[in-house]
Amino acid sequence: MSGAMSGGALPVAGVSLETQHRVEQFLYRQAEILDDRLWDEWLALFTADAHYWMPASPEQTEGDGQANIFWEDHYLMRTRIGRINHPMAWSQSPANRTGHVVSNVVVEAEDASSGDLVVRSKFYVAEYRMDEQRFFAGKYRHNLKNTPDGYRIELQRVDIVNVEGPFDYVLQYWI
Amino acid sequence: MGGDKMSDGNGFNVDALVEPDRVHRNCYADNEVFEREIRQIFHKAWIYVGHESQVPNTGDYATTVIGRQPVIMVRHQNRSIHVLYNRCPHRGAKLCANRAGNTGGNFTCSYHAWQFKLDGKVRHIPIQSGYDNTRFNLNDPNSHMKPVARMEVYRGFVFASLSPTGPSLVDWLGTAIAGIDDMCDRAPEGEVEVVPTCFRMIQKSNWKIFLENQLDAVHPSVTHGSTGLAAQKVEKEMLAETGNPPPLSYHYISAFAMEMDKWGALDVVGHPNGHCVLQGYMGLRPTDPDTLEYDAIMEKHYGPDRAKEILDVNIHHLLVYPCLSIQSPLQQLRAVRPISANETLTEIWHFRLKGAPEPIYRRALDYFYLVNSPSTMINADDLYNFRKCQEGLESEGGDWVSFHRNAGQDLVEDGVATSVIGFSEIPMRNQFEAWRNYMQAEGAL
Ligand code: FES
Ligand SMILES: [Fe+2]
Repeated sequence: MSGAMSGGALPVAGVSLETQHRVEQFLYRQAEILDDRLWDEWLALFTADAHYWMPASPEQTEGDGQANIFWEDHYLMRTRIGRINHPMAWSQSPANRTGHVVSNVVVEAEDASSGDLVVRSKFYVAEYRMDEQRFFAGKYRHNLKNTPDGYRIELQRVDIVNVEGPFDYVLQYWI
Repeated sequence: MGGDKMSDGNGFNVDALVEPDRVHRNCYADNEVFEREIRQIFHKAWIYVGHESQVPNTGDYATTVIGRQPVIMVRHQNRSIHVLYNRCPHRGAKLCANRAGNTGGNFTCSYHAWQFKLDGKVRHIPIQSGYDNTRFNLNDPNSHMKPVARMEVYRGFVFASLSPTGPSLVDWLGTAIAGIDDMCDRAPEGEVEVVPTCFRMIQKSNWKIFLENQLDAVHPSVTHGSTGLAAQKVEKEMLAETGNPPPLSYHYISAFAMEMDKWGALDVVGHPNGHCVLQGYMGLRPTDPDTLEYDAIMEKHYGPDRAKEILDVNIHHLLVYPCLSIQSPLQQLRAVRPISANETLTEIWHFRLKGAPEPIYRRALDYFYLVNSPSTMINADDLYNFRKCQEGLESEGGDWVSFHRNAGQDLVEDGVATSVIGFSEIPMRNQFEAWRNYMQAEGAL
């Protein structure tokens, strides 16, 4: 393998099978919560100072102060949920439905003392609304806090593969 | 095409489509009307190409379309900007396949390596001896990349017209130039700089539906009530939970739910050539420390009187017909690129005010995110309405679109018409007056 290629390889933390299992279950549960539109449970997945972030380009390294597709804290997520639940949210009538598959879960870093993790994974999402189906694929990168109640998301980065492409409709909520 | 509605023997009868207070659904749903719009409007009027800060360095280019014509905006070694058709004179390959990039000191075609200077003039043709004793001639314009017929730059905003004749850009913009001036004047240095992220959104509707929506003061509280009310609720919760007032950005979306009467109090102004202005709430002048710091910088650059004059400009939203929607107080710009009668692409940009402090930029950024990004909670419902309008207009459930509200009541002075109330459908009538003129003009059928 050339030096350049090995230099570009992403870090991998050797974690226990138990940690690997716990984090996979957490990611699967997040996907299920989104597909089932369980909004209170969605918010509860995040720490109080968390951000959900979808950058506008793969090269972006910061969310704050940049043009993003998503950059939301609890209050903005609550606004979005308030809209979705409002009877006048016309484009939620009919609502969209999604099916997520999350896979390729690799723990990138583990803090030995706290058990906090950085985790990469891949997703594939089908979204259906008004006789039309769209697909989104990409990768997640979760910064997870290991709390007594289980993992909580401090930062979730979402890179969709077609990030620079034209959008044929908006993303009404998180992918 | 709708039979006698459209035809007067010459093939096109604008009177059958446009009346002073209503228009025929074929304006939106008929493919032949659309093709005529491309020829008569988009291939003749001044069309926004881009901002020169998209191409700061020699060889930087950005591509877009003018009507159906793919074009390249490029920065020349001598700092000038050129707008060229994106087509190789040899066998027609596009020269720049990307939306933006740097082509170096010249364009090199990926097919047979013909090279062109940054003004489009041919620079090198491989195996030149093959052209000896042929009719190929370097003095023939066909041997060079074709420039657009006319190009003008106004305060960094690059426009092109594919028609060799017509009014100058400034004459054509007329009083609507205030929108570009307002955006630039709000910069202490008098200039704006583009933020390179361009969001592109495809609307499943006719391009005019988008433009008609922009200054429609009746729709926000209906269309955007859900988002406006959700934001109002979170504003209250934030104050209760943190003790801090919510950031200004929440006002951008909560204001969509303000009472109908307040929207009615806004003035809507119709300028010649279809350009329109909605005056309104962005003129609010907060007095937080960030704003006061910015005001002080503005006064330093412009002097107190001129600074006040600039900051008091009362524009919410401005249309440069047929190609732009501008929100100058928040430095937002959407360029309209029609694809077909029922499909439209918008290119969405925002700008930095040169010399303004970072928190002032953040206001533009927040608006760009909340209203104009692919995750917008605002345009989600607009785009859905546009699509439903298009589907309704393609039906035979009725022939007419009504623009009767406050028709005949506009206050007209020097060709500029002001509404009696913000709810007036003056912007739609004004746009169709321009549409009528373009569509029935002589030539290029
Ligand atoms: S098509 Fe461009 S060099 Fe042949
Ligand atoms: Fe709207």
